[in-house]
Amino acid sequence: MTFNKTLLSTLVGAAVTGAALLPMTANADTTLRIGYSADPETLDIHEQLSGGMLRFSHLSFDPLVRWTKDFDFEPRLATSWEQVDDTTMRMTLRDDVTFHSGNKFTAKDVVWTIERLKESPDYKAIFEPIASAEAIDDTTVEITTHEPYPILLNLATYIFPMDSEFYNGTTDDGDDKAEIVKSGNSFASRNVSGTGPFIVTERRQGVRVNFERFDEYWDSESPGNVDNIVLTPISENASRVAALLSGGVDFIDHVPPNDLDRVREGNGVNLVEIPGTRIIGFQLNEERVEAFQDPRVRLAVAYAINQEGIVQRLMRGFATPAAQFSPKGYSGHNPELTPRYDVDRALELMAEAGYEEGFEIDMIAPNNRYVNDAQIAQAVANMLARINIDVNLRTMPLAQYWPEYDTRQSDMAMIGWHSDTEDSANFFQYLSACIDADTGAGQYNYGSYCNEELDALVAAADSETDLEKRQEMLREAERMLYDDAGYIPLHWQNLAYAARDGVDVEPILNAIDFPYLGDLVVEDAN
Amino acid sequence: MIAFLTKRLMHAILVMLVISVIAFAIQDNLGDPIQQMVGQSVPESEREALRERLGLNDPFHVQYLRFAGNAIQGDFGYSYFYREPALDVIARHLPATLELVFGATLIIVLLSVPIGVYSAIKPRSPISRFFMGASIVGISVPVFLTAIVLIQIFSIGMKVTLFPEGTAWGGWLNATLSTQGGMPSFGRGQDLVHVFGYWDSNLFSAGGLRHLVLPSIALASIMLPLFIRLIRAEMLEVLQSEYVKFARAKGISPWRIYFVHALKNTMLPVITVGGVQIGTMVAYTILTETVFQWPGMGLMFLDAINRADIPLIVAYLMIVGVIFVITNTIVDLIYGLVNPTVKLTGKPA
Repeated sequence: MTFNKTLLSTLVGAAVTGAALLPMTANADTTLRIGYSADPETLDIHEQLSGGMLRFSHLSFDPLVRWTKDFDFEPRLATSWEQVDDTTMRMTLRDDVTFHSGNKFTAKDVVWTIERLKESPDYKAIFEPIASAEAIDDTTVEITTHEPYPILLNLATYIFPMDSEFYNGTTDDGDDKAEIVKSGNSFASRNVSGTGPFIVTERRQGVRVNFERFDEYWDSESPGNVDNIVLTPISENASRVAALLSGGVDFIDHVPPNDLDRVREGNGVNLVEIPGTRIIGFQLNEERVEAFQDPRVRLAVAYAINQEGIVQRLMRGFATPAAQFSPKGYSGHNPELTPRYDVDRALELMAEAGYEEGFEIDMIAPNNRYVNDAQIAQAVANMLARINIDVNLRTMPLAQYWPEYDTRQSDMAMIGWHSDTEDSANFFQYLSACIDADTGAGQYNYGSYCNEELDALVAAADSETDLEKRQEMLREAERMLYDDAGYIPLHWQNLAYAARDGVDVEPILNAIDFPYLGDLVVEDAN
Repeated sequence: MIAFLTKRLMHAILVMLVISVIAFAIQDNLGDPIQQMVGQSVPESEREALRERLGLNDPFHVQYLRFAGNAIQGDFGYSYFYREPALDVIARHLPATLELVFGATLIIVLLSVPIGVYSAIKPRSPISRFFMGASIVGISVPVFLTAIVLIQIFSIGMKVTLFPEGTAWGGWLNATLSTQGGMPSFGRGQDLVHVFGYWDSNLFSAGGLRHLVLPSIALASIMLPLFIRLIRAEMLEVLQSEYVKFARAKGISPWRIYFVHALKNTMLPVITVGGVQIGTMVAYTILTETVFQWPGMGLMFLDAINRADIPLIVAYLMIVGVIFVITNTIVDLIYGLVNPTVKLTGKPA
């Protein structure tokens, strides 16, 4: 009992003196405490292609080039590039860069990294167009593609050179240090040496990752002044917002739409909203529903859906209504294509196709993947009821949704898609291309939509090195898909970040969702 | 005694066996772990290769026997997400949960006994009525709501402007009811004291204790009303009994009657229920830990479900089953100590 009493008094004492204890955590260094919805799955940047991993890549590594806010390329480890011939690009690299291990960065690290990317299960498909890479001298590398490939620079944003000497050799257990083991315990998943602004000092998976600024970071012109980062994964939306509002963290991602107003009006915190690039939409299963093979019925569905209404009412303005795959800023974005909500026209089309009586379909949607996904699906079901399509909706958690999606046993399915290459062609290749199991085309084409003319146009665009011509072709492709209603787009989900006063995050955020924290300026230390 | 413990050991083994079969049987409905492990553009052939490497294509009994064979040797498989043996992952998360349960238990014990006893002695006093009313509210409010309200009041802070600011009393009331916030709202903090092995403790530093306060209160809020009511009801009954009346007639001081004679007998059923409930509390931590992002077993389990991390899910369920068996065994042992008339082996008297 005495013990209990002592403990209680300590507890009460701690609570009372709480405010006085706070300054203990502050010191001369600037520490940024981040609350992200997820922490990096591993330290091996090639083990998994995910948002969390790419954010980590930008912390501890540097890409050859990176995207600016306006979807231009900014030189990083590569200072300049030129097309030598149709299939070869020569890149000049910085000569003043060292890895965290102390090794000097040279062209051979780039070659090594590209070869490793081509072995990675997650990156293999994206890097397939690259045939080889060759180090000409320490600061020059030549990348050769199989065919003329117009978006090689897009791929270069994914090339984060790894320290080839550090990952060379074998561990004490005799395993190759360079091997990529999915969900396994490899050397690279526990040890890291990159060129990036921050070194990993401690990592407890699912609890936190600590970073410290790399003293010899090459980019001395960067205004960034953050010395330490403590990254805590806070997956629960309400808890993450509370952590920011209570001053427990300085910066959070994925502010949920319900809390936008609260954060916007909160004292001492700022909300930053950015239009995102992930398209949310529906696919109509032509294999299972004969009516969906008729373009008039697909168009009727497109006319029946009120994208503006969904964005305003359900998303509270937290999205941009869409009528095509490509968001603004992508080369294929066709500004002429706008949402075409018109129930009368939809009813006419249904009648023309001989379906004025309507029909009944099943629909599936996830309920924890995209913002308000289940509610959006419900709203779309109600809109379709107005043109006499009765919808039986089933929603399910993500872990069950994808296996269900892969069976293609429903009539209409929701999918959100972010183009891994930040390029328009990627959408078509995965979502609307005629299914071909051998090439992997149309891997996520739930509805088995097939338009060979469209596929040919996209294929031609993908080997057109004249970027202006290519842009015209992709815009035409968007137009064709729009007229044929091969995919029912709803909106591009926005991104929302929030930070406390003094943490100037706006300049370092971008639509691609990878904050460039190396350049972050924090005005005052707590 | 040895016979009793042996029997319990057999129980534990049986429980683990049954749980593992059930967990294995439902794993197909938990989702596809491969989907969580690969990027969106990974072709089907790569997925199939990974599935093959992890042995997910084998028939049910092959997978189960492989698992059971390894489990007997203490190997519960590798967590897909943590890339570590599942048992290590659980062992690393266990101390956080146990400390949270310990904190909550402490609050429950320190509050429920005095309040329960008081409201049994003075059932009609306004204070008793207040506690009874409050306990109804406490029992019906879900724990995640309690947690969020606690965070709002004590972490974020709340400015009350309900009363007219101009008047002296209004300003005073507003100031009194408003809270500053400042309590940590998530995680275990940085001031952990390493004790041994996987045990980093929140209990031995001021910063650590500050992090423990709100989650403990939230977790205690489910069980506290239950215990207050249980103690009150038992105490009321005991106070009616013959020996209490006799003690009163003998002129023993009321204080001694309440806390020495009556309370002892009140505690018998409380220990039984309490032991079982504290086992249940380990399971309730899932909600509390999620809201407070407390890196314990509950949060780990929820994440594991979201990621379809099957080895970790199976191992967790089995460990929790064992924890239940252990707490029940301890409760029975304590019960035997407190009430010597109970024979553990259950032989007919």
